[in-house]
Amino acid sequence: MKPTGMTLIVKTITDFVVGFIVVFGAYIVLYGHITPGGGFAGGVIVACAFILVMLAQGRDVAYARLSHRTASILDSVGALTFLIIAWAGVWGGYFFMNILVKGTPFRLLSSGTILANNIAIGLKVSTSLFLVFSALAVFRKRSFRAFLEDDLS
Amino acid sequence: MNLLPYYVAIPMGLAFLIPLLSKWYKGSGEVLATGGMAVLAAMALGSIGSPSTSYYMGGWVPPVGIALMSDGLTVLLLVAVNVVGFLCILFSLKYMRSYTGLDKYYALFMLMITGMNGLVVTSDIFNMFVFLEIASIASYALVPFGIEADELEAGFKYLILGSVASTMVLFAIGTVYAVTGSLNMADISREIATKHATGDLNPALLLSAAFFLMGFGLKAALVPFHAWLPDAHPAAPAPVSAMLSGVVIKSLGVYAICRVFFNMFGFSPSVPSTVIIANSIIAFALASIVVGGLLAIGQWDYKRLLAYSSIGQVGYIMLGIGVGARVMATGGPAPVAALAILGGLFHLINHTAFKSLLFLSSGAIQYATGTRDMKRLGGLKMRMPMSATTTTLGALSIAGVPPFSGFWSKLIIIVATFKAGHPAIASVAMGMAFVTLAYYVKVQREIIFGAVRGAVEKAKEVPAVMYVPLILLAIVCVGFGLLYPVVGSRLLEPARDALMDGAAYIKVVLG
Amino acid sequence: MTVYFLCAVLITMGLYCLVAKKHIVKKVLGLCIMDYAVNLYFIIIGYKRGGIAPIIDPKMRPEALERFVDPLPQALVLTSIVIGLGVLSLMVSMCIRIYEKHGTFDMSQISKLRG
Repeated sequence: MKPTGMTLIVKTITDFVVGFIVVFGAYIVLYGHITPGGGFAGGVIVACAFILVMLAQGRDVAYARLSHRTASILDSVGALTFLIIAWAGVWGGYFFMNILVKGTPFRLLSSGTILANNIAIGLKVSTSLFLVFSALAVFRKRSFRAFLEDDLS
Repeated sequence: MNLLPYYVAIPMGLAFLIPLLSKWYKGSGEVLATGGMAVLAAMALGSIGSPSTSYYMGGWVPPVGIALMSDGLTVLLLVAVNVVGFLCILFSLKYMRSYTGLDKYYALFMLMITGMNGLVVTSDIFNMFVFLEIASIASYALVPFGIEADELEAGFKYLILGSVASTMVLFAIGTVYAVTGSLNMADISREIATKHATGDLNPALLLSAAFFLMGFGLKAALVPFHAWLPDAHPAAPAPVSAMLSGVVIKSLGVYAICRVFFNMFGFSPSVPSTVIIANSIIAFALASIVVGGLLAIGQWDYKRLLAYSSIGQVGYIMLGIGVGARVMATGGPAPVAALAILGGLFHLINHTAFKSLLFLSSGAIQYATGTRDMKRLGGLKMRMPMSATTTTLGALSIAGVPPFSGFWSKLIIIVATFKAGHPAIASVAMGMAFVTLAYYVKVQREIIFGAVRGAVEKAKEVPAVMYVPLILLAIVCVGFGLLYPVVGSRLLEPARDALMDGAAYIKVVLG
Repeated sequence: MTVYFLCAVLITMGLYCLVAKKHIVKKVLGLCIMDYAVNLYFIIIGYKRGGIAPIIDPKMRPEALERFVDPLPQALVLTSIVIGLGVLSLMVSMCIRIYEKHGTFDMSQISKLRG
């Protein structure tokens, strides 16, 4: 079987580092209401972890860990969770109203629905960017060489 | 119970739900889209004649929070978008069977409806930009949906030009925020009226007005920003073309221009620079009428001819609105301005009806015969009576033949332009109306009447779910012409009053 | 004042790249430069001389609130960056599809339709 992905050094280091990247991204998502960051920025970092696995190990290993279908389902679930939380505000009187308990400021479990929205958006953005990257990765090698050699201004 | 946020929430929820459910139930996209659009169309029709309301999202009071609002102009656009969207979804149930990836089609269509609905109900300018981008990106993805070579090229051109326009709008929003310090359109209007327009308009605001006109003018396909339309509209699948030409250029282009310039900047004689804005609108509109009409005559591709015709008719709409703006800006008599704006808005809703009818009929012809080249079609009346009759009604209506609706709206616009003191412009508009008649007579002669030839030999009538939207739109074309008193007083006059009276906007939003 | 001028130069550079280059991916890059230049313009609008980052800290003094840079344009720029990302991914995938159908990246050979 033809070896896929990059060299052994890159594969080993990627295996070590991916876990840390995901944890860092989750930290930025969860503390989005206290420090800069939030759903989108943390989601991009977690997506970088998935893309790193795909680049270093090859497409098949990446799909074995997170298949196309699972990513697509999680994508829709994240978006629908965001919309359901917004809809739940109608009980408080207005669409999008912040109805959960607010807690004490500067702690993790404060600010009501902002935390839940951040988690939903982080889930959606990470799986979306992974899907975009895997859709672009269908580009075959022959086309890539032509792209590099195209001598246009 | 205030229904305003549901215009955005229902299609957005369906857009996220359709790809999820399509993994287990194959046909869920069609069922959900039809049901959702039916609900939205019923909501929009039910809100005709209701008083102006506003809704504070999350309970935050504007200008701190985002407020949704609905007045006469909003109701007019909501009716147009949702009813035409419902009819196009009905049409695409059978038409899109030859394409693959249908769940993505319905999800993108619902996102486009979300963007357009959101744009017309919001009163915060950055929120308007976000919805503008949602609708635009969904339409960029829908145009090259059947992935052929020339569809991709047309879609790429549309994408690049549309993104440049959105960037211009974003730059203008930044400048307006820097000058006034607020993002709510009613609050900006109050700030401009009290602080930045004493004497003359702040030059930074005039710069941002120019960028707004550039950006929204490209979305509305005014000349000289029209270059994407003749390629993008024919290349898209027929229901998407009907949506694009029928409602997207009105909602993203014409409505945004009206809201930003009438309710936010405001035209009044005490601010001399606003005459420059009104003159530019009239100049672009006149150029659109001339370019659209003259370039449409020589076309042999049916959908391309309809696309050039769209450019011309949007020129008529903007001529009405521009003349009304200029009369307001130079302090002319208010009834003349009211008449001009009424004509522009009447032509807007008429053009929605007959242009979507014509594009859907082109889709029916393509479904039945496989071509849209007019040299290879002929004598459609014998083989496809329903489609041919509705096409004839739509073509007569857009050409301005009495007693159909297009005649009345063009008459009002031309009369108002004469009364406002621009006889030359009105004569040009009148001349181009004859040119419009000429090329639609060409369409009739080539496609519908005459001997059966070419690809029409083996054609038969399209399925019922495809010609029922055509019949309903044809009834609207005839009905708006004959039943103008009902339509005018309930639908058009509240819209006109919302544009004429800028101060009412502030009262509705800020309370 | 010079900062706004440099921002306008950046927008013009992006526009020039969009218009003058023939390779469609380079046109896409020009559009991205223009997008990010307008985002930079937004952030420059909110800046205040001697300002500090608008993050509330439990141990800060109340006088520090007046030295905050305007946080609203920063939230708007976040949204705008996300929109730019969506458009960029759509543009790049369209470029790939164009290459597969037309066989070239050169815009002058792709334009068969007369606008």
